[in-house]
Amino acid sequence: MLPQPASLIEEMAAGLNRHLAERDIQDPRFVGIHTGGVWVANSLLQAMDLADQPLGILNVSFYRDDFSRKGLHPQVRPSQLPFDIENQHLVLIDDVLMSGRTIRAALNELFDYGRPASVTLVCLLEINARELPIRPDIVGQILSLPQNQRVKLTGPEPLAIELRNLDQE
Amino acid sequence: MRIQVSGARLLDPASGIDQICDIFIEGGKVAALGEKPSGFSVEQLIDARNLIAAPGLVDINASLREPGYGRKGNIASETRAAAGGGVTSLCCTPFTKPVLDTPAVAELILDQARDHGSSRVYPLGAFTQGLAGDHLAELVTLRDAGCVAFTNGLVPFANNRLLRHALEYASTFGLTVIFQPQDRDLAEGGIAHESAATNFRGLSGIPETAETVALARDLLLVEHSGVRAHFSQITTARGAELIARAQQRGLNVTADVAMYQLILTDEALLDFSSLYHVQPPLRSLADREGLREAVRSGVISAIASHHQPHEADAKQDPFAATEPGISSIELLLPLAMSLVQEGVLDLPTAIARLTSGPARAMGLNAGSLNVGAQADLVLFDPNGQTIAGENWLSTGSNCPFIGHCLPGRVRYTMLNGRISFKQD
Amino acid sequence: MNPACPLQLNDHGRLRHFLSLDGLPRELLTEILDTADSFLEVGARAVKKVPLMRGMTVCNVFFENSTRTRTTFELAAKRLSADVITLNVSTSSTSKGETLTDTLRTLEAMAADMFVMRHADSGAAHFVAEHVSPNVAIINGGDGRHAHPTQGMLDMLTIRRHKGDFSQLKVAIVGDILHSRVARSNMIALRTLGCPDIRVIAPKTLLPAGLDQYGVNVYHSIEQGLKDVDVIIMLRLQRERMRSGLLPSESEFYRLFGLSEQRLALAHPEAIVMHPGPINRGVEIESSVADSPRAMILNQVTYGIAVRMAVLSMTMSGQNEQRQLDAEKAAQQQEAH
Repeated sequence: MLPQPASLIEEMAAGLNRHLAERDIQDPRFVGIHTGGVWVANSLLQAMDLADQPLGILNVSFYRDDFSRKGLHPQVRPSQLPFDIENQHLVLIDDVLMSGRTIRAALNELFDYGRPASVTLVCLLEINARELPIRPDIVGQILSLPQNQRVKLTGPEPLAIELRNLDQE
Repeated sequence: MRIQVSGARLLDPASGIDQICDIFIEGGKVAALGEKPSGFSVEQLIDARNLIAAPGLVDINASLREPGYGRKGNIASETRAAAGGGVTSLCCTPFTKPVLDTPAVAELILDQARDHGSSRVYPLGAFTQGLAGDHLAELVTLRDAGCVAFTNGLVPFANNRLLRHALEYASTFGLTVIFQPQDRDLAEGGIAHESAATNFRGLSGIPETAETVALARDLLLVEHSGVRAHFSQITTARGAELIARAQQRGLNVTADVAMYQLILTDEALLDFSSLYHVQPPLRSLADREGLREAVRSGVISAIASHHQPHEADAKQDPFAATEPGISSIELLLPLAMSLVQEGVLDLPTAIARLTSGPARAMGLNAGSLNVGAQADLVLFDPNGQTIAGENWLSTGSNCPFIGHCLPGRVRYTMLNGRISFKQD
Repeated sequence: MNPACPLQLNDHGRLRHFLSLDGLPRELLTEILDTADSFLEVGARAVKKVPLMRGMTVCNVFFENSTRTRTTFELAAKRLSADVITLNVSTSSTSKGETLTDTLRTLEAMAADMFVMRHADSGAAHFVAEHVSPNVAIINGGDGRHAHPTQGMLDMLTIRRHKGDFSQLKVAIVGDILHSRVARSNMIALRTLGCPDIRVIAPKTLLPAGLDQYGVNVYHSIEQGLKDVDVIIMLRLQRERMRSGLLPSESEFYRLFGLSEQRLALAHPEAIVMHPGPINRGVEIESSVADSPRAMILNQVTYGIAVRMAVLSMTMSGQNEQRQLDAEKAAQQQEAH
């Protein structure tokens, strides 16, 4: 029932290559959203034979829209972008796309570093629960979950997808 | 009015009585103890079973704030508060505006006190004019106007020579001088006891030596001049020790400690609450233990409230900017009971330190309930409770004990055979 | 050492005011340092702002003058996208006839979300936190001799970034400890973070009583105190100390306690030198030492901005969380009726 990340990654790698070729994007830089997105990104880069590529890490804590309600998450780590953003084509990678707010925050943060030439969004999973008009360009699998269920990616090795019941937590 | 107080345990340390015993009062005086005198027809019967009857408490240091500090308190409210605490006689401080250095001020205070009738008031006169520490006040004139002793508070004399002369003058006329020993320069800028705890709070410290240096100097000058001396509001164990040694040498000096100083320590300052801002300051646990021991042994023969009511604004600022003082006279009996409950003092000693001890220190005809004495007494329930703050009488609510449930409950306070305070 | 300070913490133990390092658990101090690391990274970007406190108002209320601390707080708040007002209030509230409480009420009317305050009285920040309306956060920028918690944390960040694990370090604080809120905050932080050898070096007149009770080692000789030390924190000596009879002269102080190159050589070869600033060259510290690469004095300024951004955002976060908790509690009570 639950998808296996390993097989999804293979398909996503192929899809991404096609997508980049269609747009004539050569040598993009990869940015993963901490933590799950980074795991997925590393896996993806392996599958694309780009393991030596520098990987940017984004921690979007400072750009979230729920600060006034929830405050700051206690585990804050610095973002690390070891390359210039200005005029750069970017591939932004996250594990699970739900409401789309994390991606919104990530885009805002990226734009504070510079003006990218383009941003291609890659997600391992999409849960059919978007609240903003943000869609992945490449997605591993789209799932529909009941209200009280969530998915969580565990990793980094091996990557696995778990189902969580909110009521039990 | 002929009154019978029936069934109380009469505890009068001055006369050595501690037994269940009826008290018969006539014309404002104790007519008889134990057996009803023949022909005595009772007009008022007070059922005092399960209560303790003690001489009305004698509080030898309370600031009534009148004249001059109306926002902080007045004679009416503060003597009423005193009665609530079981007090029937109190000595009021000269720190008024104008200062109590003229007979007119003494008369004003005595008139007001008499009119309100809640407590006997014995004024303490200013030792120097304006309390400035240089010119002697007219001590004998003040004595004749009713002052029972003289004090300069925490304000020092301009120099030792002037202090020596002042003591010799007072000694000439057998006047009692009250010292509050604090070396101004060692204490300068200080607002709390100099200790590890307050140091880490960044509160300027008053070292122990501020008290002991002044105390040592004072004791030597007292010895030299022969003046009758009382040391008030001792806060250090070392200070109590110095007094003990002087007493052992044969020096006739007495001492008192503030009730709150036997309970609180500088640990209370950890949250910067201005309710604990007092001068002289709350000291360490070791000091408190030394003071308690001195009270037990009688080196310190009196406990006083050192009542200092303030308006709310005076305490509404960061610690250093607030005025020092605690308003606590109406809790004098319950606070004493808390010491008894804690095992610090036994009940007879506690009562002695609040009645005969202070009366003797100030030379007052009070603090005892022998036949013929004024009918000033307090009836309290040793097993009752007082919720501090429930019916607060003083104008000043600056009291850290408010909200606490204290042991013991004053049921009646009687002054001159008339009930000055009553509660269930 | 000291009881927990629940006034500063919300129901979940998160910061809602930042008054003193006293009573804050090690995990919380570590979290401040970690968050500050993230903000250092922000400070290295082209756009040095994050939108965390957008739309919020931070009011700097300085009852005691300080250009340095005030500007770093301003900068920190602006980099969090907050709006900043700075008020230099007269030092003596009584000279204006207005009590501190009244000044506060006036400021509250301006609907600030946060006050950063500096005051000459120890305990002033506590007092304000107790009397201000519930959703306003109070940040202590220094109160009398009591505490300067953001300085303490930025000093800890400096130490962690340059020397690593606290449990392996010897740290010496030199100079006027008695009058220093920085020294007090540093000692508390070092102890909480597990520093095993905290030293103070000063003459008796400049030391508060009872330090040994706090696990601090006292030295009166700088030569002995600096031996093998990893971190040297120099404190500023003020002119008044000479006038109040605590020291004979600046020159004798420098002779005995000044940090010269020779004395620096007694410390660990890679020891770092810190100073809260502004420095008195030739009084606490030899010029060449102040300018040497081992002196972290300018780094401290950069770290100061990051630490203040961390403290401001964490405190705002705790306030927001508490407001949420209170709303939930109120809603539950409503349902119960």
